[in-house]
Amino acid sequence: MTDSRMALRAEALESLLTEKGLVDADRIDETISFYNERVGPMNGAQVVARAWRDADFKARLLADGTAAIDEFGFSGGQVDKLVVVENTPGTHNVVVCTLCSCYPWAVLGLPPRWYKDPAYRSRVVREPRAVLKEFGTAIPGDTTVQVWDSSAEIRYMVLPAMPLSWAGQSHDILASKVSRDSMIGVQVLLD
Amino acid sequence: MDGIHDLGGKHGFGAVNPEANEPVFHERWEARVFAMYLQLGGNLDRSRHAIERIDPISYLADTYYGRWLGGLETRLVEDGVLSQSEINERARVLGAHSDDRVAARPSFTRGHLPDEKQSPDRLGTAERPLETSPRFALGDWVRARITSVEGHTRMPAYVRGCIGQVIGLHGGWVFPDRHAHGHGEGAEHLYTVRFATEALWGSGGEEDVELSIDLFEPYLDMVDGDD
Repeated sequence: MTDSRMALRAEALESLLTEKGLVDADRIDETISFYNERVGPMNGAQVVARAWRDADFKARLLADGTAAIDEFGFSGGQVDKLVVVENTPGTHNVVVCTLCSCYPWAVLGLPPRWYKDPAYRSRVVREPRAVLKEFGTAIPGDTTVQVWDSSAEIRYMVLPAMPLSWAGQSHDILASKVSRDSMIGVQVLLD
Repeated sequence: MDGIHDLGGKHGFGAVNPEANEPVFHERWEARVFAMYLQLGGNLDRSRHAIERIDPISYLADTYYGRWLGGLETRLVEDGVLSQSEINERARVLGAHSDDRVAARPSFTRGHLPDEKQSPDRLGTAERPLETSPRFALGDWVRARITSVEGHTRMPAYVRGCIGQVIGLHGGWVFPDRHAHGHGEGAEHLYTVRFATEALWGSGGEEDVELSIDLFEPYLDMVDGDD
């Protein structure tokens, strides 16, 4: 269907559900504003910056991601069990959901289109190195690429490696440099 | 079900196409559909299955929120909340042509029962502590069962028959294969299983790649020493 036809169909459903008192237009507006403004990769970036500066927090984050992010008070859902996987010199992690498009909303926001499209979902489990190259990310041959297919209700986030030259920078500066794609695992952060 | 949604390992979809400075929602209707879904709540596994039942051509053509829209319409009709004729009539009044195709919708509905009860909070956790012990332990070698079910499952086809190692124990979780069909939560133990790329793709995979995936206990058999 074209966008205009889908827009009509969505409007038909919303008007009928509103008349039956099953949805509320003001609450729909609030939800949309919330996900547009408050839920996004800037939340995950806070977690990453903290982990880079605080070894105790990093250890807690890797041991129990859900408990560790609790103190940030993020909402937005899809982190009932968050598993954070760390990129190291020997391992590069990348996350996908081949069956639908599961994604840790509360820390990364709603997923980008490419994450939901067939090309990424079909290919990254079979040829992750080739897919990463299309993102400009070359993983050395002696580094294992670890793909995580989020097929149940566990959600995955990558803790990217910090470029050495960033050491000693403030939390806010570090957080501003952490990209969404580095937390999905399709990008490596560079100086 | 062996549907188009089960995309892992399929060939032919071409390059990944990232969009620079992508907005959260591209169209107003996408945001409305997303927010309606959240507000209505209900059984997430049934919602996923409603999307999987969309015909393959529409699944690919209608994009992510178009699939949500089709899945939502299906659920509302199958649950008796709205009738198909009142949706069609309302769309027509709003300007749809009478020959417009409806939202991408499954034509096959056998075996899909209404929920026993509606969950008020779609974002509530599906974790369910179990009294029973998990059948598998960390380090165990397991084989994903070769099963092809017509209903909902969260075991993608590309791991069928493959041998991997248990690397994570997650306790009990609502079992989607039952829950999606109105047969209760039927919680099962959930594991993370790691496969070498050779186990999945033979010699066709890339060098030095591993894949980890979350699989429920009924999907798995123990691999004994004779395997």
